[in-house]
Amino acid sequence: MITVEKLTKRYGETTVVDEVSFTVERGSITVIVGTSGSGKSTLLRMINRLIEPSSGRVLLDGRDTRSEPAHLLRRRIGYVIQGHGLFPHRTVAENIATVPRLLGWQEARIEARVRELLTVFSLDPAVYAQALPHQLSGGQQQRVGVARALAAEPVVLLMDEPFGALDPIIRAKAQDDLLDIQGRFGTTVVLVTHDMDEAFRLGDRVAVMSGGKLLQYDRPAELLVHPADPFVSRMTGLAERAMRLLSLITAGEAALPGAAEGPAVAPTATLREVLSELVWSGADAARVVDADGTVRGRLTVAAILARGAP
Amino acid sequence: MPRAATVLRLGALALLIAFLAKPQSFAPLFAPLAQYGAPPIYDQGNLLSLALAQLGTVCLAAAASTLVAVGLGVLVTRPSGAQFLPLSRTLVNIGQTFPPVAVLAVAVPLVGFGEKPTLIALFAYGLLPIFENTLVGLKTVPGAVLEAASGMGMSARQRLLAVELPLAMPLILEGVRLSLVINVGTATIGSTVAAKGLGEVIIAGLLSSNTAFILQGGLVTGLMAILLYDGMAALERRLLRSVALD
Ligand SMILES: Nc1ncnc2c1ncn2[C@@H]1O[C@H](COP(=O)(O)OP(=O)(O)O)[C@@H](O)[C@H]1O
Ligand SMILES: [Mg+2]
Repeated sequence: MITVEKLTKRYGETTVVDEVSFTVERGSITVIVGTSGSGKSTLLRMINRLIEPSSGRVLLDGRDTRSEPAHLLRRRIGYVIQGHGLFPHRTVAENIATVPRLLGWQEARIEARVRELLTVFSLDPAVYAQALPHQLSGGQQQRVGVARALAAEPVVLLMDEPFGALDPIIRAKAQDDLLDIQGRFGTTVVLVTHDMDEAFRLGDRVAVMSGGKLLQYDRPAELLVHPADPFVSRMTGLAERAMRLLSLITAGEAALPGAAEGPAVAPTATLREVLSELVWSGADAARVVDADGTVRGRLTVAAILARGAP
Repeated sequence: MPRAATVLRLGALALLIAFLAKPQSFAPLFAPLAQYGAPPIYDQGNLLSLALAQLGTVCLAAAASTLVAVGLGVLVTRPSGAQFLPLSRTLVNIGQTFPPVAVLAVAVPLVGFGEKPTLIALFAYGLLPIFENTLVGLKTVPGAVLEAASGMGMSARQRLLAVELPLAMPLILEGVRLSLVINVGTATIGSTVAAKGLGEVIIAGLLSSNTAFILQGGLVTGLMAILLYDGMAALERRLLRSVALD
């Protein structure tokens, strides 16, 4: 669990991160979203102390991150940046082995871990372990970047616009892979993006930043339905298109097979209305029920949001 | 490497070895240049040992220049040393612009005649290319790579040794090579202050108007410079391959 408390960064007179507080649950994905220059990267880098805060503090599982030397802290925190930053003079295997080597793992363990990660990221070890980064495609380099960050089984993975350099199709695949891997390793992820769609797609919770301030920190559906600030609604403008899309689909069309506890909704209700109902009632799922009382199926928040994806 | 170039280099090497091992066998070639019955081949010392002495001086000076120039380059690219950049640059530039002959003149009263003043002159003269190349090499390491290195938890020292220096190495080695080659030629002036070297041969030629001597001193020096240049280039290629793979 990451607890960020009143974190502030000033450069001279300008405050680029202004008393930001939020909590990231263990095993969840938090996405920090905001326009360029809103302080997202600065906030992220204060978590692994690449930037030292002017005031405030960060707790990792309850322990102040300043209680150990910064470089030792960073070995426990995975870090992925846009443009991957792979070491061009080291092979893929050596790149992935970076942190385990720093931590002094046994060679056999390092080798096994490198093979495991290459396989998880669909890179055949026989082909890619000894390749140099420049011999890989952009998507492969990005995957090696994530594999390297995960190598030493970090408790937390920080990602700064990790998919920013990828073209849309590869980016969608990379996002799927991240969700898959996050599920598999149970890693706590904090990811920075300026892409609202990406935020909605990946985030269990989304932090909206503007001018160094955290405007809202909530579940994606909450941001849509109850934006705390006009800026948030503007940011979710894209997502609003998704909402319009949701107003065009009825609950009857989208219902999943099976029953559910939650509130009852009519098959003629739009998904937008159902989502609103779910967020309002705090339930995870709704029952789709005919006028005569027959259960037609169920709808979850995730299923509705998936229908809204462009 | 193209075949013709390889053949040419091996030819140059063979020629140099042959001439240094048995200079007298080249006498007929140089005879037309030696007038009034003067000896056609330098006979006041052993050419081989002069050449080796000069090479030794140059290598020693280059080693010292490398140590200092790379050290300075590393220092001024650290946040704590950035303030020394202008000063270092000025010092290194003076080393290059101050004529080596003048350095000799200044150094002799301080350290006496012989190899020492020559070493000082060559050391100062050789700093600039290594220093500038080290700077460029270190400054052109991509920002994302540096950020990743720190983000992974490398200490400043680990980052320097494992990432920055290896990536700057091609340029640093190129600087060392330039410095070496320039100084092989420059080293001949050491003979004016009694350092052992091929300058002796050239000076003897000038004093006795013997073009054959001047040519011999110049040719051996030139061949050494060319071969050193190529040898270093080959060494760099090998080294870089091993850095990439180790
Ligand atoms: N070292 C620095 N000195 C002064 N201002 C900085 C520095 N680093 C970042 N900033 C400023 O802080 C603001 C936030 O930067 P950043 O966190 O990189 O934004 P984002 O990642 O959201 O685009 C920007 O306006 C930037 O110009
Ligand atoms: Mg940024």
